Parts: sequence; structure tokens; C-alpha cells
Amino acid sequence: MSVTREEVAKIASLARINMDEHALDHMVPELNNILAWVEQLGEVDTSDVEPMTAVIGQELRLRDDVVDADPKTGGGRRDDILANAPVAEHGFFGVPKVIE
Amino acid sequence: MTDFTTLGIKAIRDGVAAGDFTAREVAEAHNEAVSAASELNAFIVTTPDHALAAADRVDAARAAGEELGPMAGVPIGMKDLFATNGVQSTAASHILEGFTPPYESTVSQKLWDAGAGMLGKLNMDQFAMGSSNETSHFGAVKSPWRKEGSNAALTPGGSSGGSSAAVAARLCPAATGTDTGGSIRQPAAITGITGIKPTYGRCSRWGIVAFASSLDQAGPMARNVEDCAIMLGAMAGFDPKDSTSLDAPVPDWAASLDANLEGKTVGIPREYRMDGMDAEIEASWEQGKEWLRDAGAKVVDVSLPHTKYALPAYYIIAPAEASSNLARYDGVRYGLRDLPEGAGLQDMYAATRSAGFGDEVKRRILIGTYVLSAGFYDAYYTQAQKVRTLVQKDFTDAFGEVDVILAPTTPNAAFALGEMSDDPLAMYLNDVFSVPASLAGLPAMSVPATLNKDGLPLGLQLVGKPMDEQGVLNAGLAIEQRAGFTAQPEKWW
Repeated sequence: MSVTREEVAKIASLARINMDEHALDHMVPELNNILAWVEQLGEVDTSDVEPMTAVIGQELRLRDDVVDADPKTGGGRRDDILANAPVAEHGFFGVPKVIE
Repeated sequence: MTDFTTLGIKAIRDGVAAGDFTAREVAEAHNEAVSAASELNAFIVTTPDHALAAADRVDAARAAGEELGPMAGVPIGMKDLFATNGVQSTAASHILEGFTPPYESTVSQKLWDAGAGMLGKLNMDQFAMGSSNETSHFGAVKSPWRKEGSNAALTPGGSSGGSSAAVAARLCPAATGTDTGGSIRQPAAITGITGIKPTYGRCSRWGIVAFASSLDQAGPMARNVEDCAIMLGAMAGFDPKDSTSLDAPVPDWAASLDANLEGKTVGIPREYRMDGMDAEIEASWEQGKEWLRDAGAKVVDVSLPHTKYALPAYYIIAPAEASSNLARYDGVRYGLRDLPEGAGLQDMYAATRSAGFGDEVKRRILIGTYVLSAGFYDAYYTQAQKVRTLVQKDFTDAFGEVDVILAPTTPNAAFALGEMSDDPLAMYLNDVFSVPASLAGLPAMSVPATLNKDGLPLGLQLVGKPMDEQGVLNAGLAIEQRAGFTAQPEKWW
């Protein structure tokens, strides 16, 4: 399978990455090279094979249902969380207007 | 007077504990070595004060007669993929430039608790995507090694290339690395140092910038097997904050090291012998077999039939996970924001991500987005995950007959910076020997074997059963004792 220039532009849009014409000129053949190479996976008969879901068998754990069970990942850290925001106002993340 | 930069983890720790020298003297010597080596570009930021403060705490603890930790007095380099409290953590990307975490990753915290200090944050391939260190936003790291008779700058490998360069150049006795498809083992091999990726889940991923979460594992990079065993012991352990952390006791690997391999069987995977294989790599592999036989092991051929499909499966699975993990970089909560005049939210996302990600990162996000998209998911992603099951089964079958597997770490020695950067696929092929163990979640390490005819290091790789880091370390020690690898790069920086 190969991808067209329009398809790459569409994927880039889905991935929220701006790509100008020059960037597309490079990316289209590179992606097609890589896709042509991974195509060989189709040779493998996997009809009776389960896809891997966990590389080491483990039971998924649940944490205790307690607020602030861990001080680093619990609540009450608003200012820490906002400290690296490009724009923070009134205790919130600032973003461009999204509702007209 | 001792040149402290020649000492490893154990020598520093034991010397500090015995009072032969102070931790502060050791930290000062390494801070000087780091600041004199800026030409290598191994560090993104240096943190001499962190190293000194940790050293002073150790010296004070010793004076007070307190028990010292297993890394007490050892200054290390920290790969920039680890979140470090109050110190910029960028994953060598522009999009995280200036990001200063208000928290510490589990692994780095465990190292500080064990008495280590931080010399700085080490350069790397951007978001750990690369095998040469050339995808860093902060410029490529130069290997301290050069070909005999040449001044051309060589790669220190990747993605943990700042780590490998710094340890090989004696800027630090050890450094953290992370390994998704070979990012500890490949750079260790081509810079003549030792590095181990433990079983998936041994080291907590909490606070490590995520690339491909089902593959990412942290591990130590140092100059000998025993130092790796000590440092891995300090890094590993159950962490409830990582949902895939292994809830299992951490053995005392360093105390149980044993290079006597009598009664052990070593497997040689015949599918790793590829057409057109570098003759010197093949010769070092043969030599490795001899060394392990000499240590008492029986050496037999094994088959890992799906080896050739491991790399293409990896280059679907890892980008798929990366495209999902890297969706968080949106210019809202942290890192770069690019807001063109009059742009709305969606335009801001796309502009920010376009400006903030490097070419290789974009390439992988696009591949990942494509293979996960409606209509292609089964053909690519599900098929790759099925192949991953088969790759793991190959290993499970082989480990029914053998205790550890011996293979080359890389298909070639260090290449020149710029030599492969225009050909992403050729670069990917550098991971051909390291990726299968990653897909199977197995412990694997690289130990230095020899120098090639150009005077560049070659490594040998050992892959073990799940949870059997000890078996890997023991076989690594047997090779280390017989290889007698003492070569180090001549200082030019």
C-alpha cells in the first residue's frame, strides 16, 4: 500500500501538524519507503495468533479510592500544574477563544 | 593523587565509605571534566550544584556514622528523558524547551535516595527517536571515539547518546539510559561501555517522557558489569504509580554475580547471521562463543524464526504508541505554544506541533496516525501485534533449551555523523539485533568485546529469560573477564 500526497496531508491534519508543500515533498516518499518495507509483515501467517496485549503477564491493579492517596498525583497542586503553562490566567489554562 | 574520573561506581562508593577520599572531591573532579568537555555536546544542561549538594549530604552522613546507600557519593549523568524536579527536562525537543518539572521521576528519585548526585541532563535523540543522536533539537552529540587516523565526528549511538558519550569520555562513571528498541544497548556497544535494559516493568516509567509505553524501559550505562548491577539495583523496584510496574522483589544482583557458567547453555540464534554481515562483527561473535565456552557454558544453535519480522513490526507498534503519547503536546498545559496572528485553537495545535517537533518525530507520528486510522488498523497495527506475539513465542521456545542468548549488539561500529541521516530506513536497520528482545520485554545487555580494524569498539549482546537479569549479568561478566577490554578514547576535546 502506498500513500498519496493528499493522504499524507490528511494524516498530518489528523495528527495536528502543519505541513507546507516543501515538507510534504520530503515526507511523501519517506513514508512510502517505510510503508513498502513494513508490507513484508503480510507474509506472516497469523490466522491463529492473538495480538499481544501485555508483554509481561500482569494483573491490572486498582489504586485505593482515596483522594490525594499520593501527594504528587493527588489534588491541591493547581499552581504546580499551571507553573509550566504558556498562558495561565485566574487559575486556568489560557487558550484562544473557541466559542463565537 | 587519584584521578577520580577513572573510577567506577563501586570504586567511588567504597572509597568514600572507607574515607580514602570525600564525595565532594569526586563530584568536583567530575564537574570539572563535564565543563571541559562542552565540545562533545553530551549535556543539555549541567547541574554542578546538584552533584555537590548530594556529595555533601553523603560526606555529612558518613561523618555522622549513618549507613550509606549503594550509590553513595557517585555523581551520575541523567538522560533528559527523566523528569527532574526544578531542572529543565526536554527529551531533547524544542516543544519541551524550558519545561521545568515540579516533581521527580521515580527512577531518578531512587538514585538520589541511594546517595547519587546529578552532574547534568544528558543529550539524546529527540523523544528517544533515533539511533545516532542527530535528531536532538540541541545538536548531535559527538562520540569521544574517532577512527584511527581520522578527525571525522562519529555518532555515539542513540537514543542514549549523551549517556554513552559521557560515560566513555570519563565525564561520569555512569548514566541513566532508556531503551525502547535498543537505545541503551546500541550506544553502549559503539562507545565501548556496558549497559543493561532490564525486563519490561522492572524500572518504573513514572516521570519518564513516554515514547512507546509497551516497550520503554530505563536502565544503567556504566563501564563494567558490576557497576551496572549495582546501579540497576538502585533503579529497579515496584512503583504503584506505573500501571505496568512489576510487583516483584529486586534481587541483589551485584552480590550474586558469578562468572562461572558451568551447567549453563548459551543459544546462538541462527537467524541473526545475516547475508552480508560485517566480517569483524561476525568474528567478535565467534570470539564471544569461545569466551562463554571457556567460562564453562555449553553453546548450541537455536532458532528464532520470526527475527526478520521484528524490526518492521517494531516500526509499526512504536510509532503507533508514540502518535498517541505525543498527542499531549498541544501548547496548552506546558512547553512551546505557537499562536499565529488571529489563529483559533485547532490552528494553534497544528502550528505548535509543527514548530516544536523535529522531522523524525513528525515522521513517526504520521506513520503511527496512519497505521491506527480507520481502515488500516487491522492490516498494520493488529498484524504487527500478532507478529509481536510470535517474536515473543520464538524466545519462549528457545528458552526451553537455553539459559541465555548471545548475539552481536549492532550490525556495525560507529558511523560518521551525517552518514545515514538522509535515509530513515537505513538508520532503522541499526536496531536489527536489539529490537527483538525489546518486543519480547526481555532483559538484555551489551558488553564491550573488542576494537575493530579502525580502532572502534564492538559490543556483544546477551538476552535472558524474563526476570533473569542475573543470568544476563553473569554471562556478561564472563565475557568482560575474558575480553579484557580496557581501551578508551584518546582525549581530543
